[in-house]
Amino acid sequence: MLQAFQLVISRELQMAFRRWSDLALPVIFFMIVCMLFPLAVGQDQAILQKIGPGAIWVAALLATLLSLNTLYREDFDDGTLEQLALSTQPLTILLLAKTVAHWIVTELPLIAITPLLTLGFNLPAEGVYGLMLTLLAGTPALSLLGSVGAALTAGLHQASGLIALLLLPLTIPILIFGARAADLAASGQSIAGPLYLLGGLSVLALTLCPFATAAAVRVSLD
Amino acid sequence: MDTTSYSLEWQDLTLWRGERCLQQGLKGKLASGQAITLKGPNGCGKTTLLRTLCGLSQPETGKVLWQGKQIHKIRNKFHAHLAYSGHNNGLKRDLSTRENLRFAARLRGRHTNQNELLNGLRLTACADLPVRNLSAGQQRRASLALILGSGAEFWVLDEPFTNLDRSGCEWLARRCNDHLGMGGLLLTAGHQDSLLNPERETIIELAGAN
Repeated sequence: MLQAFQLVISRELQMAFRRWSDLALPVIFFMIVCMLFPLAVGQDQAILQKIGPGAIWVAALLATLLSLNTLYREDFDDGTLEQLALSTQPLTILLLAKTVAHWIVTELPLIAITPLLTLGFNLPAEGVYGLMLTLLAGTPALSLLGSVGAALTAGLHQASGLIALLLLPLTIPILIFGARAADLAASGQSIAGPLYLLGGLSVLALTLCPFATAAAVRVSLD
Repeated sequence: MDTTSYSLEWQDLTLWRGERCLQQGLKGKLASGQAITLKGPNGCGKTTLLRTLCGLSQPETGKVLWQGKQIHKIRNKFHAHLAYSGHNNGLKRDLSTRENLRFAARLRGRHTNQNELLNGLRLTACADLPVRNLSAGQQRRASLALILGSGAEFWVLDEPFTNLDRSGCEWLARRCNDHLGMGGLLLTAGHQDSLLNPERETIIELAGAN
């Protein structure tokens, strides 16, 4: 079972690195959205510092949504999703592996370039560190929730906007705690509380979402 | 392949696609060494029946039994014996044929002799190209390689002869007959003559939807 998990992850990574354009799209989108705020709000540094963490969190959420459309759509179209569903390995594990791979190729690059983007908001150093920690704790929950939505909409071709409508309400708790913790970090306070809650949400998503994803894939294939 | 004999049985199947009832009261049985070919006009439910017998789709009523047990209750055991090739070829377009075959084999926990398979399918020359660069016929061959290399007893092939050239069809028919000779089970749907051994083949004509 573990072997199958590793097998799927390594195949997903292999494919992701063969297609740089798909890999770069969410990252570039994330960068552009983050850069729009300083341009639109103006040069008032106090305001930028205040909205910075929240704006970066919203941008990360939108960039994740952008990348989710293709998570299962292509597998559905080329028949590899059927093959996974007919495999002797548990579908839950195989799809969890795909979700983990999605987190690695989408969310990790977002977190990695966050320090660069905080320059535009003039965030203090400890705020940058805190912001990255909250993203690290919160984005797994985004990927896991997103994979349920992607599995539900895999067979619907005209409904690429539907996944955003399905998921955005569900991601609100993650956004609230993530942005709040990043805010606290920027003002130099302890972020332990909301950070633990974010981690808790991610663990909760990890225990529930893979089963929902597998069930949703079976429904989509029916 | 072991010498155990296997059987697939289906009873009182009713198939719906969306708001339309395609077939009612289907029943049948397939045992080791036998082949069933589904025929019928477009839209009569051939693919839906194949997918139902694999467990991909749920029938509205009725049940599908593998070795006398309902397939969704023994899913893993059933899947270990099953190889399905549908309309979509089940290959990743960005990976080469070799990589696709290796992934499928490892997922089953097998080591397949790829070179022999690729030779037989005349795919050796393009085995390292991404699947997206292959022609439709070559993609169909690569997708059949997944089935032939699976080591499964029960093959389900949806229109396997589509896009294949004359010699490819003959080669596939020969492999299918060998498979049946070794006690395999074969379920296909198609419009062409299947070139299978007539003694082993049963043709089921599905009535068209009204």
